[in-house]
Amino acid sequence: MSAITRDEVAHLARLSRLALGEEELDHLAGQLDDIISAVARVREVAADDIPPSSHALPLVNVFRADGIRPCLSREDALSQAPATEGDRFKVPRILDEEA
Amino acid sequence: MSSDLTRKSAAQLGELIASGETSAVEVAQAHLDRIAAVDPEIKAFLHVNADGALEQARAVDARRAAGEELGPLAGVPIAHKDVFTTRDQPTTCGSRILEGWRPPYDATVTARLRAAGLVILGKTNMDEFAMGSSTENSAYGVTHNPWDPSRVPGGSSGGSSAAVAAYMAPLSTGTDTGGSIRQPAAVTGIVGTKPTYGGSSRYGVVAFASSLDSPGPFGRTVLDTALLHEAFAGHDPMDATSIDAPVPPVVEAARRADVDGLRVGVVREFGGEGYQAGVEQRFRETVELLESLGAKVTEVSCPHFAYALPAYYLIAPSEVSSNLARFDAMRYGLRLGDDGTRSAEEVMSLTREAGFGAEVKRRIMLGTFALSSGYYDAYYGQAQKVRTLINRDFDAAFEQVDVLVSPTTPTTAFPIGERADDPMAMYLADLCTIPSDLSGNAAISVPCGLSPEDGLPVGFQIMAPPLADDRLYRVGAAVEAAFTDRWGGPLLDTAPELGGAR
Repeated sequence: MSAITRDEVAHLARLSRLALGEEELDHLAGQLDDIISAVARVREVAADDIPPSSHALPLVNVFRADGIRPCLSREDALSQAPATEGDRFKVPRILDEEA
Repeated sequence: MSSDLTRKSAAQLGELIASGETSAVEVAQAHLDRIAAVDPEIKAFLHVNADGALEQARAVDARRAAGEELGPLAGVPIAHKDVFTTRDQPTTCGSRILEGWRPPYDATVTARLRAAGLVILGKTNMDEFAMGSSTENSAYGVTHNPWDPSRVPGGSSGGSSAAVAAYMAPLSTGTDTGGSIRQPAAVTGIVGTKPTYGGSSRYGVVAFASSLDSPGPFGRTVLDTALLHEAFAGHDPMDATSIDAPVPPVVEAARRADVDGLRVGVVREFGGEGYQAGVEQRFRETVELLESLGAKVTEVSCPHFAYALPAYYLIAPSEVSSNLARFDAMRYGLRLGDDGTRSAEEVMSLTREAGFGAEVKRRIMLGTFALSSGYYDAYYGQAQKVRTLINRDFDAAFEQVDVLVSPTTPTTAFPIGERADDPMAMYLADLCTIPSDLSGNAAISVPCGLSPEDGLPVGFQIMAPPLADDRLYRVGAAVEAAFTDRWGGPLLDTAPELGGAR
């Protein structure tokens, strides 16, 4: 039995905002199935009472002084934009037709 | 003189420049000449910063002439992994999606290299967004191993390892998330360190897996690597996970180079099936060498290390799926299909489809899967529990021993193309390096000889508890000194000549 179906892989691609082609989807579906079957080995470990670790070392909250310091200039921030208009980033329309 | 300079260690170059026997400009020019001669064959660099490097070198010479007291690496050239942002050079991360990107700020590591007077020769090739073990996932072509150009230089920091192994730079930078410094160091016969997580700043390092990413140094000698480690490590207020503690005394440890009485644990689980015979042989010889130098060697079991690889390939991709969501074609980077009719979401999906390579897409989708409702507990949640168990294995081991050792990677450099479209085979290259990333401790790879069956370098991995990075250098330097003595010179002296004149 496969760990993941082609339809599920197509759904993951949509969630991931990747416009995969059909052939690429076929290829990736097989590879993801292999990888998921392999990584599923973590489920063999009896760990019901083990707390999860989300990080390498214990995290502490970090504060800094609430002082004023320079930030990127508008020119720097816009300098690498794919498109600009005036002093702003120019983006494609953000709502779909039917919205 | 010029060709000799590329053969010197960073420590020697720093001294020669400080004493005025040579200049930073002369040293930079020698390395630029070497790059021009051999990089067409090796392809370590994505960008060579010739004018900028000479300018930086002139500035160091001027400061010296003005009587300024400069650090030990002032004027020494370095190759910089293309994952670190640099204001004056493009930063692509090996990806089409960032082709030509000029970051508006310097990474903390970049800023510290500049402050130390290091001369940045250029940016090095890497697997796209540091995902891979061979540099074959770079959108800009593969880097070749100087020992055998038909083989990979390791990865993801393969441009940085190849540049140092081919004498194009005495030092380079890398990042290690699953082994991306230690594995390329091992397969090119050089030294590479993954510092304690949080011991070096991630600010300005394009994020791969934020709970794992550790910037670190490469060098041809243990002392050089320690000098670079000391130059850019240490607390950074710009990184919330940066450790507010002094940098461990790594340079002093590299100079001390003694293991008398040190307790060394051999990880039982890292050997046997899947390990190349010559790798195991050189590893065993190195353990015997440590014993002869006065170390107390025992075998230690870390039973959950067997689950480190699967846990990693759930945790790292999960962080990838979140971190790489920033590449949305809006404020910087590639944008495709914006013809006035398509929505932002369509443009985003088309751009990401064309801008990311196969491995990056695999990992984004794998992470999206592991984090999705219905699968989260069984995959990501369970992987996080395994991470706890691996931490406990390390804790128990470090109660018995001062350092753990293993081969760095199960095989020597594999042929280009062999694993390129076989992700599971590629992932095995990081089998022995992943546990230290998951636990955030410190680890190094040092050369321990050539594998008899193929004549390619083998790496010896040393692991130490968090913030005990100095132990890596003590042991690494002791191994290096004893082997250099036994071999009659450094291992790299036996590497084949490259096309360029020396």
